[in-house]
Amino acid sequence: MSEKTMNPAQAVELDDELFQRIGTEGLSGEDIGKASLTYWADVWRRFRSNKLAILGLILLVAVILMLFIGPSLSGKDYQLIDSSLKNLTPSSEYWFGTDDMGRDIFTRVCVGGRISIYIGLCCTLVMFVIGALVGALAGLKGGWVDDLIMRFCEFLGNLPYLIIVVILSMIMGRSMFSLVFAMSITSWVGTARMVRGQILQIKEMDYVQAAVALGADTTHIILKHLLPNTMGIIMVNITMSIPGFIFSEAFLSYIGLGVKPPETSWGALASAGQQQLMFYPHQLLFPCLMIILTILALHLIGDGLSDALDPKLRQ
Amino acid sequence: MSEKLLEVKDLHVSFKTYAGTSHAVRGVDFHLNQGETLAIVGESGCGKTVTSKAIMGLLPEDNTIIDKKSGSAILFHGENLLDYDEKQMTQIRGHRISMIFQDPMTSLNPTMKIGDQIMESILLHQKVTKAEAYRQAKEMLELVKIPNAEQRMKQYPFEFSGGMRQRAMIAVALACKPEILIADEPTTALDVTIQAQIMELIGSLQKELNMAVILVTHDLGVVASVADRIQVMYAGKIVERGTVDEIFYHSTHPYTRALLNSVPKIHSNNKDKLYSLKGTPPDLINPPTGCPFAARCEYGMKVCRQLPPEVISFSSSQECSCWLHHAKADTSVLPEGMIRSSEKRSVK
Amino acid sequence: MAEKEVLIEVKDLKKYFKVGKNAVLKAVDGVNFKIYKGETLGLVGESGCGKTTCGKTVMGLYDATDGQVIFDGTDIHSLNKQEKKEFTKRAQIIFQDPYSSLDPRMTVADIIGEGIDIHGLYKGEERMAKIHELLELVGLNKEHALRFPHEFSGGQRQRIGIARALAIEPEFIVCDEPISALDVSIQAQVVNLLIELQQKKNLTYLFIAHDLSMVKHISDRVGVMYLGNMVEFADSDELYSNPLHPYTKALMSAIPIPDPDEEKLKRRIPIEGEIPSPINPKPGCRFAGRCKFATEQCFASTPALTEVKAEHFVACHRVHELENC
Repeated sequence: MSEKTMNPAQAVELDDELFQRIGTEGLSGEDIGKASLTYWADVWRRFRSNKLAILGLILLVAVILMLFIGPSLSGKDYQLIDSSLKNLTPSSEYWFGTDDMGRDIFTRVCVGGRISIYIGLCCTLVMFVIGALVGALAGLKGGWVDDLIMRFCEFLGNLPYLIIVVILSMIMGRSMFSLVFAMSITSWVGTARMVRGQILQIKEMDYVQAAVALGADTTHIILKHLLPNTMGIIMVNITMSIPGFIFSEAFLSYIGLGVKPPETSWGALASAGQQQLMFYPHQLLFPCLMIILTILALHLIGDGLSDALDPKLRQ
Repeated sequence: MSEKLLEVKDLHVSFKTYAGTSHAVRGVDFHLNQGETLAIVGESGCGKTVTSKAIMGLLPEDNTIIDKKSGSAILFHGENLLDYDEKQMTQIRGHRISMIFQDPMTSLNPTMKIGDQIMESILLHQKVTKAEAYRQAKEMLELVKIPNAEQRMKQYPFEFSGGMRQRAMIAVALACKPEILIADEPTTALDVTIQAQIMELIGSLQKELNMAVILVTHDLGVVASVADRIQVMYAGKIVERGTVDEIFYHSTHPYTRALLNSVPKIHSNNKDKLYSLKGTPPDLINPPTGCPFAARCEYGMKVCRQLPPEVISFSSSQECSCWLHHAKADTSVLPEGMIRSSEKRSVK
Repeated sequence: MAEKEVLIEVKDLKKYFKVGKNAVLKAVDGVNFKIYKGETLGLVGESGCGKTTCGKTVMGLYDATDGQVIFDGTDIHSLNKQEKKEFTKRAQIIFQDPYSSLDPRMTVADIIGEGIDIHGLYKGEERMAKIHELLELVGLNKEHALRFPHEFSGGQRQRIGIARALAIEPEFIVCDEPISALDVSIQAQVVNLLIELQQKKNLTYLFIAHDLSMVKHISDRVGVMYLGNMVEFADSDELYSNPLHPYTKALMSAIPIPDPDEEKLKRRIPIEGEIPSPINPKPGCRFAGRCKFATEQCFASTPALTEVKAEHFVACHRVHELENC
């Protein structure tokens, strides 16, 4: 009771009128002082307060901007071969230098990057759609359906990933479609497991039971409760998966199973650059740098998102 | 009067949140005598747990502000715990002041045997051999009346039932025979029959080990049989304090009265309207300038919303901060016994 | 007495859960009771006694292993999809945990309006007006409609849960420990609200709780459960003034009384140990292991719930001998 206590003399001076009884008139006692925040506004607020995540976001936007307006800035054609311009080092004319066929590396990095990111997005989309559907089915149905799906997932998950991809790209030939297909064929297993786990957890929540008690059917429960409440964790999973696919694509292109020339990607560029590593290291440096920056940016964003979405950290 | 073991002076604790700083504890003073039981009673969010965690030095460092202005102190045997560093606090915590929590499942380490958890605490604070620690740990389990102590030492928390787990946690907390035990809602998660067992256990251990106990709870019913003194907290402040009899039979603050009346009496008539407080406690990000209880107080006056009430003492032990005890307040509407005879009344 | 209309009749209700190869958790094991229109039936017992499972099975949230729940003449476990949906309009539930019972992604208006939307009761402005009316009914106001659950305190959230249940104007509400997670002062708020609503709308409640004094306060009749069985069942005043089963007696004596003098005088009947596991329970009286009056008979056969006095049922072999203990 540390309240500054008034001395009695002072207390006497208080106006009689102040002691008029008013009860709780005009006050409900139910007011909420804090401003209302929607769920996503709150997530954005916490994401924003994470400096690294914002750095990642800026980095990602910068990379994407570069990929799309880069070629028109440099004014070069990424396929134009000019043997007089072989293996130039970076200069004001050729910002990232040229490769062994005299093509502008900056422009090639931009165009190749589009493909890399495009493949990353496609694979993630396939992974997300299949994974979420299968996981939701397993989590919702339970019983033998769940058992069957989970055993199948274990089987797929235990197959050696690389061998599958190599075999598939050999069978289906080198094309964008076969690449996406091969990379996403087994990757959805993780997403399915995660979605299933989430669904199992949310399914037991009282608000889902309340909806059942209110007479809701399965569609209503999926659309109104399960989906919105798994969205957060799915988003984190997506941001964290794109880098993995970009990396896989780079690796496959590097070992010669990726995109077919004249198309190119960061992995293919790095592969070409590696042959010149001894004399012209910049040819390897720039595509690698772009891969690193993009992956770093996405990881920072993913980390920030998962912190922002963590209900335990909600304050 | 017995020696003051612990003295909390003008404690202010706030937390940083996105919406602003939340003033969880706003100037709390109290003391604890040797061997007594002090109950801190209040609703969730009133600052009772924060106060006890502040004593233990257990508040998270990153978002907590303990206002160390002149006069603020937590004196334990005359030494200010607020000045202690983490290393010094480790010497106090679990050794001379211990704490038990509401949920025994989260405060016991699930991957460690119960016996090892008790021994860990003994070995950390006392220079004894392992064999001696083992002997003491077993003795502790027997003390908290866990049957088959020898076998139970080798079991993991999940092999214990809820009440047994709470007993084991008490054994861990008391392993070093602390001078003060802080029990934060020790029985809220338990069933009535187990609750009665645990309260009895705490009471008997207190006598045996001659400890002082701070009992933190929201339920006045629980403290009636065990507490010596009670202090009622509301919105980060102590609104009334007194001995058990003073609080239960002569309470002077409308909030204390409301708490007492909202518990149904087992002899009362069914479906009579229970006395109930309207609304919820104020948001401590923008605490009200006047009395924090004004918005829910049926006897509220204009002054209550404008000025913080003064502290009035009625006896050596009972104090209350409420405008209704001011000479100008209209007391005719108040329930009988709430205004104590005027010769005892003195403004602090 | 005979005028009372039975709304729900529970006949030999059983709910088992398989928890392992040879392990069966008998959460509810042969429970019988009737609930009359407009009354409150209290169900008390310690955690693990099956009271919540019982409530949820009566609501049809769990399928019964055996037995019947007859609601207004029809067994609710024999309903088809359409009939079940119709039934949900008449029976609702309020949950214990005010934090997990409201979807964190929905606004309060959408939470309360969920039942209205599912049954297509009101649309557009009418729907919003109804939601505002419900908010005011439970002591909140219109401004709260567009806020999210996490912005409310426990008591406020519990009242939102009540508003949700009331939105489709049910006749019967299962209150599953609606006050256990709340502060004492807020408990009174919620209980008063429930009583007031009952009087206003002629609701029937099945009130489940472990707080015996609150159950006594709100209920007309009370059943005491122990390990899936009903051990005693009587009018609430009768049960509290004259408990007959040894378990009920111990339970009553453990209630803390908010009065220091009475507490000092009170003689507590100690009860050894804790509730045993409901997995593969032994035959005989479930309480026998902790009962100091147990005889061989108690371990051998399960006592049936019998009427020892008018409207006072007890399941104990030795009830007549122990009456004066």
